[in-house]
Amino acid sequence: MSAATERARPAPTCRRPRRRVDWGKLDWGKYWTWAVIAWLLAPIAFMVAFGFNDAQGRHNVTWQGFTLRWYADVFAYPDLTRALAASLAIAVLTMLIAGVLGGLLGLALGRFRFRGKALTDLVMFSAISAPEVVLGAGLLSMFLTMNIATGFWTILIAHVMFSVSFVAITVRARVLALDPALEEAARDLGASPWATFRLVTLPMLFPALMAGGLIAFVLSIDDYIITTFVSGNTTTFPLWIWGTTRVGTPPQVNVMGTLIFAVGVLLAVINAAVARRRG
Amino acid sequence: MASTTGPGTAAAERTGQQQDAVPAIALEGVSKTYRSGGEQVAAVRGVDLEIGQGEFFSLLGPSGCGKTTTMRMVAGFEEPTGGTVRLKGADVTGVPPHRRDVNMVFQSYALFPHMSVFDNIAFGLRRKGVPAAEVRRRVGEAVELVELTGRERTRPTRLSGGQQQRVALARALVNRPSALLLDEPLAALDLKLRQSMQMELKRIQRDVGITFVYVTHDQGEALTLSDRIAVMNGGLVEQLGTPQEVYERPATRFTAGFIGTSNLLSGEVTASSGGVIEVRTGGGAVRAAGSAALGERVEITVRPEKITLAAGAVEPGACELPGTVIEAVYLGSTTHYTVAADGDDGTEIVLHQQNTAGPAEAARRGDRVRLTWRPDQSYVLPR
Repeated sequence: MSAATERARPAPTCRRPRRRVDWGKLDWGKYWTWAVIAWLLAPIAFMVAFGFNDAQGRHNVTWQGFTLRWYADVFAYPDLTRALAASLAIAVLTMLIAGVLGGLLGLALGRFRFRGKALTDLVMFSAISAPEVVLGAGLLSMFLTMNIATGFWTILIAHVMFSVSFVAITVRARVLALDPALEEAARDLGASPWATFRLVTLPMLFPALMAGGLIAFVLSIDDYIITTFVSGNTTTFPLWIWGTTRVGTPPQVNVMGTLIFAVGVLLAVINAAVARRRG
Repeated sequence: MASTTGPGTAAAERTGQQQDAVPAIALEGVSKTYRSGGEQVAAVRGVDLEIGQGEFFSLLGPSGCGKTTTMRMVAGFEEPTGGTVRLKGADVTGVPPHRRDVNMVFQSYALFPHMSVFDNIAFGLRRKGVPAAEVRRRVGEAVELVELTGRERTRPTRLSGGQQQRVALARALVNRPSALLLDEPLAALDLKLRQSMQMELKRIQRDVGITFVYVTHDQGEALTLSDRIAVMNGGLVEQLGTPQEVYERPATRFTAGFIGTSNLLSGEVTASSGGVIEVRTGGGAVRAAGSAALGERVEITVRPEKITLAAGAVEPGACELPGTVIEAVYLGSTTHYTVAADGDDGTEIVLHQQNTAGPAEAARRGDRVRLTWRPDQSYVLPR
């Protein structure tokens, strides 16, 4: 192609030497960045695209044309709808409970020195780094030993357990970055300790709480391994999808996945905008 | 809390208090000891101070001298481990900061970034349940006082450093506290702005008549602004006095060195009578104000601007010390000389000479000179 361009537009003078690619001077950082972004987005792009695939038969794996009918027919499988509802309920509750518990934990870890602080750190990191299979199996034996019937509530307990650390770490980072003089200024201006927390500390921590809550939501809604151990008769969205992989996953799954992703991105963008406005 | 009905009442109240002369702030034997890694560290060890109504009072000292800890004990952020803190005569030791009638301007300003300038300034009034209409009026007055009218809706992060400083000031002053505590408030500003803010602070303090307690390590700032200065070192007040007293009559070696430049001469007392002593130094005999026992080794101090280079005969009764110029720095209006005094004790004396004479009379490096000053311009430092 470049040869064709050269022939079509012969150089009027030969003053400017033909540009040669200097490999050392190329902006490799830029190309690398775009490559990583493409790598990260490719699976999501496929998920979104196959929600619009006019798939015939059971399998939604080859492109057969564009359609919107899966969006119109998104609730065609009552089981799938129930599973999604259960997953959303668990994820929202996980976000709220882990948000409160993790927020308080992060505040304590960032602000105070107390007996057992190092131990708390250790427990938090082990909850993050322990293999999920081990955690799942452990939780199941615990529930069985304690004679707790597995189901919706045991899933919720498990999800709060593994996501609380992420909230705590996010909030702690924010607490450590806060100027302690801000709270002192509030006290100095007549605010009681509780009013100081409500009017200054909490608003300042809000972006971190939101970010931590979103992480908890995301971790909860797509968890498969731990959930499968403690789910009992409850079926969540990921469990249902995994159950259909051998018989053929319907495009509605892609549609729901796309919607969850879109809402997640929207919330993240809003949170970033709020955080920016608050400085 | 002070009356909220208007400036007239506040002024009347102030004069009333001046009459019965209750100090705005009184510290009685206040000390603070921290436990750090199993060791007791004394930050403040027994400070007694009385700060009057409407006074501009500075706590001056190097970092770690206890000045900030002292101020934080007045604000209530630190509890003293010994002694009593009184505000307008009332013992407030143990009272939490939100129930103390003092307000603070923080070194980092500590403006609430999620609130507008207006909401920042209104914070204290709203906490006290002041009605909305009055909040609006008083915030308006405060904004005017610090010359920020029109910026009420702005977020503090969008303001310049000097403007943020003004917001912090307004946020504290709007509450009409019985004292305003300022913790190195100008430290984050550049030199030009710092100088103009100094004048600004002085003007505002005169306008509102509120007691200012000013913590600083900058001796120039303390001298410029204060009615009185407490020079602190090692958790103790080294000297308490007006800027003139502290500068002209340093009570300790530390004060002499910390405030301005001081020349220290040491020698043996050879005569002492009527508040004047004669001291034999390595370079010759000099006289100084003070009293000491015969034969005692003492240190005397004299400020660089009190010394002149003697052209002809020295004034009768003046001190005279010969030496050699080892450095002459020309600064336009003044020349700073460093002179090695004769004798073998290696005493170097700094003097600042006004350049009133022409360049022909200036001494150069290596010139032999005679230094002279009046004996009442130098003092014996206590051991």
